Amino acid sequence: MSDLQQKPVNEERRTLLKAGAVATGTALAPGVLLFGAAQARAPEEPASDKVRWGMIIDVNKCADGCNDCVTACNEENGLSGATGPQDSQWIRKLNIRHLKTGVETSLPMLCVHCEHPPCVDVCPTGASMKRADGIVLVDRHICIGCRYCMMACPYKARSFVHEPLTDQNPEVPRGKGCVESCTFCVQKVDRGENTTACVEACNAAGHKAMIFGDMNDPTSEIAQILKTQKTTEIRADLGLNTGVRYQGI
Amino acid sequence: MLSQQYCLEARECKPALFWTLMGAGGLVLLGTLYAFFTLEHHGHVLTGMDNQIVWGLPHVFAVFLIVAASGVLNVASIGSVFGKRLYKARAPLSGLLAIAMLAGGLAVLVLDLGRPERLIVAMTHYNFKSIFALNMIFYTGFFAIVGLYLITLMDRSLNPWSKPMGMLAFLWRIALTTATGSIFGFIVARAGFNSALYAPLFVIYSFAYGLAVFIVVQSVMYKWNEIQVDPRILARLKNLLAIFVAASLYFTAVLHLTNLYYAKQWEFERFILLEGGIYPLLFWGGQVFLGGILPLILIFSPISRHPATVFLAALLVVLGGHFQMYVTIIGGQAFPLDLFPGYAESSTFYDGVVHPYTPTIWELLLGLGGIAIAFLITTAAVRVLRFMPQDDLKELELELKPH
Ligand code: SF4
Ligand code: SF4
Repeated sequence: MSDLQQKPVNEERRTLLKAGAVATGTALAPGVLLFGAAQARAPEEPASDKVRWGMIIDVNKCADGCNDCVTACNEENGLSGATGPQDSQWIRKLNIRHLKTGVETSLPMLCVHCEHPPCVDVCPTGASMKRADGIVLVDRHICIGCRYCMMACPYKARSFVHEPLTDQNPEVPRGKGCVESCTFCVQKVDRGENTTACVEACNAAGHKAMIFGDMNDPTSEIAQILKTQKTTEIRADLGLNTGVRYQGI
Repeated sequence: MLSQQYCLEARECKPALFWTLMGAGGLVLLGTLYAFFTLEHHGHVLTGMDNQIVWGLPHVFAVFLIVAASGVLNVASIGSVFGKRLYKARAPLSGLLAIAMLAGGLAVLVLDLGRPERLIVAMTHYNFKSIFALNMIFYTGFFAIVGLYLITLMDRSLNPWSKPMGMLAFLWRIALTTATGSIFGFIVARAGFNSALYAPLFVIYSFAYGLAVFIVVQSVMYKWNEIQVDPRILARLKNLLAIFVAASLYFTAVLHLTNLYYAKQWEFERFILLEGGIYPLLFWGGQVFLGGILPLILIFSPISRHPATVFLAALLVVLGGHFQMYVTIIGGQAFPLDLFPGYAESSTFYDGVVHPYTPTIWELLLGLGGIAIAFLITTAAVRVLRFMPQDDLKELELELKPH
């Protein structure tokens, strides 16, 4: 069965599940659902707006010349890793040098999963969409490949698939003629792993520069940091309330 | 009265010439379709477009056609809304050109999509927040309204309706061009685009481009039908063109001055006006000189009484319009996004560097297809229906008398 045909079934199931979730929600005290559901969502449960996935990147811990997060992303999502002008890059290492002081910093740059994403605002078909849990995705079945979202994204986070693809990861459908970007490893999140390939790789390398988690869950590490330490949004002037924040810039 | 040499009946026309024209247009369109299927098979990898320059040459042609399409309708509006006979006689051709060019421009946009076969998806899934989707609604409405307007113009019994329809078409087209300009104005993140001025700017540009296209087409039609255009009519049209061209230049200056003094987009302005290689060249040489100053010189020179001079001036405005679109659309993307103001940036994803763009033959073929479609529609329609501007000189006499 093609993915296209599968979709309505999925949607129907989601709606049913949603109804179920609401029913459960009413049965429980609101607070319990709020904090309990975040980390313990079953894979088939719909994304919840009680959750907002986010990431904090501490650039002081990010090692110059280390590319592990990029490699891990490519592997997880089936990207070739090529870096020509027409190749997809969901995450990249960005080197910045302060023009006055000359201080150099290296940091990973990816889709920052804006709360008010310009890509979603401009998309004519609604293919670019933000899930209830804050993850911004492109619906591969609705994207017509107009690239307006790429024009609108302030972070240059998106790539257009210029060539037919082979050897794809079945969990991460991609396709020629569509636009794509970092999904916060939505397949892992939906499996309940609640982490991303880049974060795992960074931890495995011992740098621990990236933290992923639910910003709405006060017990999570990310929420603790947000509450107690200074974090920076890139292009905060645009007021997009990004889900990826930085420390040490 | 004008001599009745032009053909009202198909059989009186020059069939050889007609079919040659259709053949030439068809051939270009065939090339476009070949490019389309090739890209459909291999992907956009064959084009010069990439993840940095996401909109390329096809969009230059497409946006020009769409903007000029709304502008060309001005001729009809002046006729119907303001009751000027000179323009009224030209209203049908003006409406026809508007429909033909809009069809051509939209076709290019569709042919360039990554997934053109999902056009039906685009038509059934609307994100009403998207200015792009809003444009689609405006375009569809434009076809319908201008189509009805044409009918009221050409069917004598419906003639009284032509004034309100003309009014509606006029308002609709202003809204449409505003929306088209806003496609760029809404791109908040890019230094070159984020300006509310884009909407009014595009309206002014559309006036100039539309009238220029109209003059070019009318000149060619008259020439082929061996009609001498009344010099006073020509004088009116060329003076109007001069006003529109001068206004375009003025608004262009305002845009750049605002960017410099209010929006503080110095880096971008230095790029586009001075140091950006091809873009300053196309801006000053193409958009400003060839498409602005030279046509003005031609129009106000002593030789401007000659129809060929006016034709040339209009042709230059059309050419300059394409340069303007190239500078606006591609120049705006070539300048890198600034993620960290105050820092120099570099990465494997081409952050912090000017993005080069070299269009390929595929993009050119897609773009030319828009012109071919507009050309074919116009040529065929002119052949079967009365679109040729016919002036009743006795009546015009009253209007053209020096006031
Ligand atoms: S970073 Fe870009 S792609 Fe990601 S949500 Fe924001 S606008 Fe969209
Ligand atoms: S390329 Fe796809 S996701 Fe992006 S704006 Fe167009 S339809 Fe939406």
